[in-house]
Order: sequence, then C-alpha cells, then structure tokens
Amino acid sequence: MTTSAPLAPVDPEAKSGRTLGRRRRSAPGGQNRRPGFIVYGCLVAVVVGGMFPLWWSFLIGSHDSTILSRTSFPWWPGGNFLANAATVMDTVPFWRATMNSIIVSTTTAVSVVFFSTLAGYAFAKLRFKGSGPLLVFVIATMAVPTQLGVVPLYQVMAALGWTGELTAVIVPALVTAFGVFWMTQYLRQAIPDELIEAATMDGCSMIRTFYHVCLPAARPAAAMLFLFTFVLNWTNFFWPFIVLGPQNPTLPVALQQLQAAHFVDYSLVLTGATLATVPLLILFVFAGRQLVSGIMQGAVKA
Amino acid sequence: MAPRKHLRSRASAWDRKYSPYLYISPFFILFAIVGLFPLVYTIWVAAHDWDLIMGQGEFVGLDNFAHVVGQRAFWIALRNTLSIFILSTGPQVVAAIIIAYMLDSHLRARTFWRMGVLLPYVVTPVAVALIFSNFFSQRFGLVNSVLDTIGIDAIGWQSDVLPSHLAIASMVNFRWTGYNALIFLAAMQAVPRDLYEQAEIDGAGKVRQFISVTVPMLRPTIIFVVITSTIGGLQIFDEPRLYDQYGRGGTDGQWQTMTIYLYELGWTRSDFGLASAVAVLLFLLIVAIGIINFTITRRIANGEGRKSTTQQRRLKKGARS
Repeated sequence: MTTSAPLAPVDPEAKSGRTLGRRRRSAPGGQNRRPGFIVYGCLVAVVVGGMFPLWWSFLIGSHDSTILSRTSFPWWPGGNFLANAATVMDTVPFWRATMNSIIVSTTTAVSVVFFSTLAGYAFAKLRFKGSGPLLVFVIATMAVPTQLGVVPLYQVMAALGWTGELTAVIVPALVTAFGVFWMTQYLRQAIPDELIEAATMDGCSMIRTFYHVCLPAARPAAAMLFLFTFVLNWTNFFWPFIVLGPQNPTLPVALQQLQAAHFVDYSLVLTGATLATVPLLILFVFAGRQLVSGIMQGAVKA
Repeated sequence: MAPRKHLRSRASAWDRKYSPYLYISPFFILFAIVGLFPLVYTIWVAAHDWDLIMGQGEFVGLDNFAHVVGQRAFWIALRNTLSIFILSTGPQVVAAIIIAYMLDSHLRARTFWRMGVLLPYVVTPVAVALIFSNFFSQRFGLVNSVLDTIGIDAIGWQSDVLPSHLAIASMVNFRWTGYNALIFLAAMQAVPRDLYEQAEIDGAGKVRQFISVTVPMLRPTIIFVVITSTIGGLQIFDEPRLYDQYGRGGTDGQWQTMTIYLYELGWTRSDFGLASAVAVLLFLLIVAIGIINFTITRRIANGEGRKSTTQQRRLKKGARS
C-alpha cells in the first residue's frame, strides 16, 4: 500500500498528519463546521419530536379511557397496558394479523431480493440485445402510479378467487422496479467483469456463475433491499385494506378495524397502535444503521 | 462422444444468449399483469356501466367522466388532495434540507442522530394517523389543550377545512421528513469541498454559502424528492382514511381526498365505472403536476446552475495556475 507513495510516512509526526488528513476527508461538511449547542439542541428537538408520538401512544395506551377527559395530562404510564392489550386481542384478530404481516413482509422481501438480484445481475453484467432500453423501461415504471389500477386488479383477484387471501397481497409485490434498479446499480461496481468472464471460461453455466459469483457479492445491497421491502410491506395499507377481509387482516388493516370498533376509547386504539409498532422498532434498533446507509447510498446513485 | 460435446456447446450458446432474458423476465411478466394491464383496463372499465357485484354493463362512453366531473364531491376531493399535498411537500423539503445541513457537520455520535431522525419512517402510516388524530382531537386533544393554556381558542382540527389539512399534512411530514433529510445529507456530502473553500475565499459567510453553494448543488436531489412525493402524495389515502372513525374524509368531505373518493365510489357504492373514471382523472392529474413540478424545478436549477458552473470553471482555472 505504501510502496506507491513517494514518501512513506514512518515517523509519528507524519503518522499524526495522516490521521488528520483522513479525518478531514471522511468528515462531512467541507466547511469543517464544528456544531455548537444550537445545532445539538435543534437535533435533540427533531429526534424527541420523532419519538414523542410513540411515547404518547404508549402513555395513553397504558391508562384507561377516562384519561383523556381529565383536565390534566398524564406524564407517566399507568398500569392498564396489559389489560388494554388483552381487550385489543379480543376485539380484532391481532395475533393472526401479526402472523399475516410477518408472512407477507418476509415472503415479499425474500422474493424481491431474489428476483431483483437476478435481473440486476443480467442488466449489470450480461450482454444482451435491448438491455439498455429495457432498463430504461424498468426505471420509467417507477414513476407510474400503479395503485390507480386498483379496480381491475381487484377484479383479477376476484376472478382468481384470491380476495381475502394473503396471496392477493403477496403476488403483486413479488418483484419491484426499484429493487431491479437498486441491484443493477450495486452489482455494476461490485463485480469485476473479469470474474464473470473467468467463470464462463471455466465452463460455468450462467446460473452457476450467478450463484457462485454474483450472489456472494450482492449480499450488502441485498440486505438493505430486504429491509426496505420488509418495511414497505409491513406499513402498507391501501391494497391489503381493499382486498383482505376483516377475518384475515394484516396489522394496519387490523388497526383500522380496532379504530372502527372503539373510536371513543383512545386508550385501546393507541394500545393497538403501540403493539403494531413495536416489532418494527425492534427491527430498527438492530438494522436502523443499514436503513440509514441504504437511503444515503440510494440517494447518491439516483 | 462427439455429438454429445456438440450438443453441450450448443446448449451453452443458448444458455448465454437467452439466460439474461429469463433473469429479467419475472419483473416484466409481473409488471404486465399487476401494473400495466390494470392501468390500461381501467380506461375500459371507466367507459362502461360496471357494478362491483354484477360486473360489466353497457358501454357508456364518457358518461362516467361527465358524471364524476359534475359532482361537487369530486372538486372538493381535488381541492383537498392538492392542498394536503402542498402543505406536506413544501415544508417537508425545507425542513429536510435544514436537518440535513445540521447533520452535515462534525457531530458526535453521527449514526445515532441519523437513526434518530429516521425513526418515524418505520411507523406504519395507520398508526401515525391514529396517534395524530388523538393529538388533534377537538375536545380532549393535546394540541388544543396546549393552545388553551397559552390562551388561544380551540381550533376545529376536524370540523374546519384548512386545519384538518394541516393535521393530515403533519402526519405525512412526521413520517417522511427524516427520510428525505438523509437523501439530502447524502447529496450534500457529494458537493465538492473546494466549492466551499472557494466561496470562503470570496468572503461568503455560512448562510451565504448555504444559499449559494449548498442549495444550488442540491437541485437534482430536490427534483427527485419533489417528483417522488408528487406521485405518492397525490394518491394519499391512509392518513385521511384514519383521521376519524368513519373514514369518509369528514362529515362534509373536509379532508376527503381523491383516493378516498375513488374507494367510496368503488367499494361503498359498488360503482366500478365511476371509480375507474376517478382513477383515470387522478392519473392525468399526477402526470400533469409531475410535468409542472419538473419544469419549475428544472428552470430554477438551470438559472442557478449557471452560477455553479462559473464557480467550477473558476475552480479549474485556479487549480491549473
């Protein structure tokens, strides 16, 4: 590494100079801004503002329905959360909704990652006629508001007998234009062309090259795509609400039922909202870092 | 042995030639069935009497469109959709850029702040709507109570038009501002650092640098964010649908959006013909506003772009000498 440098830094002084240089390069904000407490104060306000509604939801959910008609607000949780949770489970098929959300989000995430990696590999690394225009087409479809085809899509599902079934929610989400675009962008720079040429020279079939060369290289981007697809389908409401019945809801649909059944009792409704949010908060604690870098990488490439 | 080898090499030629198409086909097949076909077929449905249960009826041409456009509810829904869209996109982009600017500095615990800003993104819009409708509840809501303690009269967050739009826009902003801030942050970090140094030499202060270097360099990202939120924002459904327990967009349609109206026509009144007509009109609206947004933002970008190319030219000259 140092051989190419004309003056290899060996003494401690030069070493410290190098760390300084490195810090400047990696440091954001070219003006070398050192944030004062105003910046920290504002950021604290933003982050607290983002957490407060969730805290509030738990707070109200831990009291009973009388809490909101009181004149002063509670600032500490009450002891009613578990009792409320039990009522929520009695009112709507909450466990079923949770299972359904897990099934839908996991299946679609796995499928999107697989098919997008496959297509991204083809677009990024394989030569075939029409690949340019086809990729442009894929990107263009991202701007199409496909949600507006909801009436015929419902008819298709009804004709297939899928209304009320999870398949009606899963199948349309099996692969996305965003996923294909995302993996194409990533794989373009992640795999050296020589590696694929070498694999083909060695007599590897296309699919084996994909399996042995592409899949391992795709892992970081695939993990991020998995997360985004998971969150997208976990939070999705419009289509599941239309096509799934009250017997077989996903979590957001179950929350809507809860609201319709208990509109006066906000403590119950917000207990439900809290319960439906907790799984993704746990996911966020472990994978939030990945989401952050995923958004930032996607932004630069887009 | 020889023919087998021949066969194998033919197979491998086939493999090389057609495999790419096989790999990209899942997207195209699925998009054709669940994306393109429904969109095109919507026009066909819109041109017929079409009942949710009874199915296809007579061909009626443009009657469904004429009927929809003649409804007061349609125009109210259009007004609400545009109003909520503007109230959410405008402040959101501004706030996101400011937050990004704050994040774009030597922060301690960088990742913590970035994650903190992103947190609302993982909350489902339905839960956000339930929590915020509690905040904005007219009788016992937190917002009106706080207003009361500082001596402001209670606001009709649900009975009045503009307040209800503000409430719904705040839900959208809650969920997306941090997400967009991270997009802007990434774009800010891609701004060549020399531009700032040059501006500093030219005597520009921090605010001046932000306005004449950072913001112009962000234009492509701003276009990207605005276009994305146009497509999503004009189809808004979840937040207004759950703003009250009836889900019809208010007693008098104060916050009924186009998509709620579409749902009402299609699944409450079982009239797929009318619902499809609304879908087609909303589609045209999205395309139109997308084009308007694009031209406006690009024009501004070109105006400012000249400035930044001059800066770059000056920079190059400086580097050469």
